[in-house]
Amino acid sequence: MEPVMPKCWRGESKPHKFCPGCGHGLVLKALGEAIDETGAMGRMVFGCDIGCSLLAWDLFNLDSVQTHHGRVIPVITGFKRANPQAIGIAYMGDGGGYSIGAQHLVSAAIRNERITVVLVNNTQYGMTGGQMAPTTLPGQKTETTPYGRDPLTTGAPLKGPEMVAAIAAPGAYVARGTMANPRRLRNMLGSALRNQMQEAGFSFVEVLSACPTNWRTGPTETWRFVEEIMTEYYPVGEIKVPLEQEV
Amino acid sequence: MAERPVPEEKRVFMTGNEVVAYAALAAGAEIMYGYPITPQNEIMHYWTRLAPRFGRGFLQTEDEISAGFATLGGVLAGRRAFTGTSGPGHILMQEPMAMAEMMRLPMVAVIQQRGGPSTGTVIYSQQEVTMTVSGGNGEGLRIVYSTARHQELYDYTIKAFNTAWRYRFPTFVLGDGYQAKMREILTIYPPGERGIEMVAGEPYLVGPGEPGTDRPPVHLRNTYNVEEELNATVMELIRAYQAAAPEIAEYQESGTGDAEVVVCSHGVVSRVVEEAVRELRGRGWKVGWFRPVTLRPLAESGLKAVAARAGRLLVVESAHGQFARLLKEVLYGSPAVLETMFKPGQGFTVEEIVARVKEVARGGRS
Repeated sequence: MEPVMPKCWRGESKPHKFCPGCGHGLVLKALGEAIDETGAMGRMVFGCDIGCSLLAWDLFNLDSVQTHHGRVIPVITGFKRANPQAIGIAYMGDGGGYSIGAQHLVSAAIRNERITVVLVNNTQYGMTGGQMAPTTLPGQKTETTPYGRDPLTTGAPLKGPEMVAAIAAPGAYVARGTMANPRRLRNMLGSALRNQMQEAGFSFVEVLSACPTNWRTGPTETWRFVEEIMTEYYPVGEIKVPLEQEV
Repeated sequence: MAERPVPEEKRVFMTGNEVVAYAALAAGAEIMYGYPITPQNEIMHYWTRLAPRFGRGFLQTEDEISAGFATLGGVLAGRRAFTGTSGPGHILMQEPMAMAEMMRLPMVAVIQQRGGPSTGTVIYSQQEVTMTVSGGNGEGLRIVYSTARHQELYDYTIKAFNTAWRYRFPTFVLGDGYQAKMREILTIYPPGERGIEMVAGEPYLVGPGEPGTDRPPVHLRNTYNVEEELNATVMELIRAYQAAAPEIAEYQESGTGDAEVVVCSHGVVSRVVEEAVRELRGRGWKVGWFRPVTLRPLAESGLKAVAARAGRLLVVESAHGQFARLLKEVLYGSPAVLETMFKPGQGFTVEEIVARVKEVARGGRS
């Protein structure tokens, strides 16, 4: 039996290029289903950042563009400003969005750009081999915190959606989903896209995701980390909902 | 748009930044993305006042990285999009320029050079030559027009949009703080009245039709998996650039036929050089001048011919050899003697150039 894939997925690009066990596949499946629901593929522009997110560049039957590390938000912003009929999706990781491109995320939120940012939080830099990210949890071992992240010297993990919600305009939609609950994630992504299509404002969804390769975890431990440990620090749910659409 | 920003040919007295704004409007530029930095600010100031009247867009971004990448977004949407910057902002903008080079995105940037390195001065220099022609982590596949006067700022800003969209390489208008802030007489005109047909922009992404149904989806990338794949891509870019180069390269020269010394300069310095050469020729000195209008691609055959005839070149620039290095690369193997006059971050007077040319003509070295 053929596996069930979102209609907007491009069959030729499967299997996808992510590592076994990576969360990106599940996130992109939920995003694909949300895109299908809009019925507006002809207006979509899918931008991906650099980092593991770049591997999604040919995953969809959508027009898409790879950008640079941290720079997908300004590219999609520029596109949307030049073509307001388009539906712009900026797909990126936590390093791109919260560290090297943090100024773009902050400014896009302040300006209430009519774009949708999907940011995958897997607590470290995946593509470069598992270094500390702004999202690395206290005590978590990475290649650049081999003895565990010490908040005294490296700061506390960044709660991105909470930060965005605090600065975003009233029309913004901000949520944190998880790969562990794909149906709810799909609904959040759907709300984020609708929020843009209704020109209500900026929409931002962070997604808790797994990186077993760099975490060096097996299936059980991977899921425990995503479902129990990450959610302790990063509560899942909608943080700012302008359209009274609880999911 | 019923109302046209430049409805008819008109003599005006404007600062260079104002000229750029009018030229971009006349060229049909649809959106500007920018971030404040001196001395290019007034491009934005005039643009933001004029653009809404003609249905054009503007976005002030959070920094020049964003201004450059947003310009690429505008280009991907098929719009004639542009930006302007200078000095440290120009450094930041090299990152989006590298992407433009790799993906052949016709972004236009107006650079008003200021003194460097670092914050330098907000006034003037020719120290952004190396960065403009070969910044980024690539092969310098850009087109660079170095203007000398306000009329050229107008002409070449219009031309930059056409060159960019015709050849699909990032295109720069390289001015400087003098040109940006100085007020000068020029003629502005609607391009159509001079027979200039503007090349239409077209969307790279979200064009007509449903991707995956009516047409294949467009997938643009700048990341490659293996050396061979990248090499093949870059060599294709280089071949396309080299094929276009002879059509793009421009230069001007005067008095080079009988000159024993040819003074080489670019940009606003050329005006002082022209004046100095005119004065010297009036007194019987066999001197000429050569001025590339495009610093990249350079008019190689024109330069070689001049060097072969004159035997002695004097390179004058408001930087310490950035322009001279471009010439040396072309002239490698030429027997021509190359003398220099470098004043990084500072302008020239006619008198000092006259004095230096006499020194060089007598065979004296610096």
